Amino acid sequence: MTTVVAKKTFDHGVHPPTFKDGTVKREIRQFPFAKVLIIALSQHLGAPAKAIVREGQEVQRGEKIAESGGFVSVTMHAPVSGIIKKIGWAPSLNGKMVNSIFLEPFPASGQTIEPSTPCDVDTASADEIIAAIQEAGIVGLGGAAFPTHVKLKIPEDKSIDTLIINGVECEPYLTTDHRVMLEQQDDIFMGIRYILKATGAQRAIIGIEANKPDAIISLREKIPAGLPITVEAVKVKYPQGAEKMLITALLGREVPSGGLPADCGSVVVNVATTAEIGRLLPMGRGIIERSITITGPGVEKIGNYLIPIGTPLRYALEQAGLKKNATRVILGGPMMGFTVSSLDVPITKGTSGLLVLTDHESQLTIRKEYACIGCGYCLDACPIFLNPSRMGRLAKFEQYDAMEKEYNLMDCFECGSCSYVCPSNIPLVHYFRVSKGIIRDKKASA
Amino acid sequence: MNVLNKTLEIRTSPHLKSAVSTDQIMMHVVIALVPTTLFAIYAFGLAALLILSVTTFTAILTEHIYCRLNNKETTITDWSAAITGLLLGLTLPPALPLWMAALGSVASIALVKLLFGGLGYNIFNPALGGRAILQAAFPVAITTWHPAFLADRFSSIPSSSFAWPFTTGTYDAVAGATPLGNMKFNQVSTDVTDMAMGLTSGSVGETSAVLILLGGAYLVARNMMNWKIPVVIFITVAILSGIVNFFNPNTPTPMFMLLSGGMMLGAVFMATDMVSSPVTDRGIIAYSVIIGIMVTVIRLWGGLPEGMMYAVLMGNAVSPLLNRSLKSRVYGTGKKGGAK
Repeated sequence: MTTVVAKKTFDHGVHPPTFKDGTVKREIRQFPFAKVLIIALSQHLGAPAKAIVREGQEVQRGEKIAESGGFVSVTMHAPVSGIIKKIGWAPSLNGKMVNSIFLEPFPASGQTIEPSTPCDVDTASADEIIAAIQEAGIVGLGGAAFPTHVKLKIPEDKSIDTLIINGVECEPYLTTDHRVMLEQQDDIFMGIRYILKATGAQRAIIGIEANKPDAIISLREKIPAGLPITVEAVKVKYPQGAEKMLITALLGREVPSGGLPADCGSVVVNVATTAEIGRLLPMGRGIIERSITITGPGVEKIGNYLIPIGTPLRYALEQAGLKKNATRVILGGPMMGFTVSSLDVPITKGTSGLLVLTDHESQLTIRKEYACIGCGYCLDACPIFLNPSRMGRLAKFEQYDAMEKEYNLMDCFECGSCSYVCPSNIPLVHYFRVSKGIIRDKKASA
Repeated sequence: MNVLNKTLEIRTSPHLKSAVSTDQIMMHVVIALVPTTLFAIYAFGLAALLILSVTTFTAILTEHIYCRLNNKETTITDWSAAITGLLLGLTLPPALPLWMAALGSVASIALVKLLFGGLGYNIFNPALGGRAILQAAFPVAITTWHPAFLADRFSSIPSSSFAWPFTTGTYDAVAGATPLGNMKFNQVSTDVTDMAMGLTSGSVGETSAVLILLGGAYLVARNMMNWKIPVVIFITVAILSGIVNFFNPNTPTPMFMLLSGGMMLGAVFMATDMVSSPVTDRGIIAYSVIIGIMVTVIRLWGGLPEGMMYAVLMGNAVSPLLNRSLKSRVYGTGKKGGAK
């Protein structure tokens, strides 16, 4: 394979093994429908969506079944033609029960999607595009699941010059964005046209890690004439895919502490999200499925699959096949993903990967914990130059005030690089996650 | 579908871990000290072998007993007690009475390390702390040197080594003035090549600059030592002593300063101790500069010929302060934050 030389990067970071070879050559394939789909009403950050269907109602594939419950909220669509069995509680990733729509597919329906009102990129205004993105139920598909239209609504007092399309995919094991960049190039360019118009940015940069030379080269060749788009290779380093790190690598700017990318004139959108915008808006449709990498040493049939939203993990893993020694089921990648406690949790819009580890890999992370020896590895790893060594000690003694005010805890975006390198196996990022939660709770109750 | 019904493991991310662990780092430090240790035994014979064995074994035993007394799992498997014992032995005069060496080891481990909380919590480098205690308690014995490369070094043991506890014993050969002693008290310099190769007298493991640097390079290559610490110390010492030497040619040259005494061993293996050195980038630089200044000042104007030990201990003492006052600029704060 041809290689691409990349110079752009950020300071610090880590180099975990990538484990991408197994799935990177596997094209995205359609996944079958489970017996019941569970569509959680709050599968994005912000307010939950409001169900507009009732139990027993028949719905068509692509039909709107829930409307957004506020500005920071999005619409939901039926992933399949079927009947609403019930609206009730279902387990979610973080262990909480969330209100969900249980949808039972009709056994042999055509699964065609009813036509709807399209949003034309040439005639629609910026506000119309933003409304259409919300109506299409689009959230950040990279994992954060933040409603995309909120991000694109640039506040009056700010302006942005550069749109960054995030095709970095720095999480090990995951290759879904890579596949999207190879298979859905027209959608990506169309999506960029919509977003450029919605945000008023003058140019777009697609940032891709240098370990995806095929995506970089073919995207570069296919840039439609007249569009202000460049494709830039960035060095392979974790967490290059973090918004702040990508902005720094490509533009040399820093997002101010506590601020947003718009504060330094840019906005970052995940490449798969961009492709969805480009694919759905011209037809006026909503997100009903997404591509996910199912991978890991614990899975029989690894690959990239187009999976209906709401597919329970149990069904997904039955189809893909689990090995006997599987122990950990992770939603997302190995660096920032979450282990699930129940396989009844459904796939949501924010699920980019389903990773299954076996006893062997999990033993590697369950090592003896030593006291901090001050090696400084975590300081050299932290992409935002925090002092995890010191904050880890402060967390143990519940010195949350000092962590926040003297050591900038709230700037931590929990990439986990510190825990990854810690030779004493101190669960640093876990301490920070918990500490941030405690600080937020304190502020909320004050 | 049995697999799907089994209990799933719940852990927080990351689910990947880089390979190196704390005990491995410590083990590699011991490996890095092997050339220096072997050369010490070659240069000083049975005396060095005995003193290194005694300090290392006593350090490990002290840590083990301490853990047992506190009903804790023994911590000797993390290799750090072995490092302390070995390092202490390398800083002692070869013919020091062994009971003093053992006492130094007990002090290093019990007083300087374990009383502060054990590995990771000690403020001072345990080996140097123990040596400082010996220096205070036995100022004569610890500055009585023994010649290197004696013909009978593999067949006889200096009689002082086996002095009864609480006695100093008699010394066989009162010779072997160190290059630093010669410089300080007799204004006689020593050949630089001899010092680099380790052909001079001195503490057990401090004489061969080349082998110490080799061990340091081994650790730097494994990212287990911060190369900035010795480099900045060397630069600081070279600049300061170079300036002084320029105005007063009777003072030691920068090359002499770097190759004599405990400079190499101290800068490469003591000052770089992860636990007792700072962690922030700017803190590390300030720490190294402080050590470089202190050792130059003590050697040139102090009453002692050697100052490395006190310089490093001084650096250790200010490390927590340096960590706190010299933080790195956090991303998105300060000047660059919000810059468009």
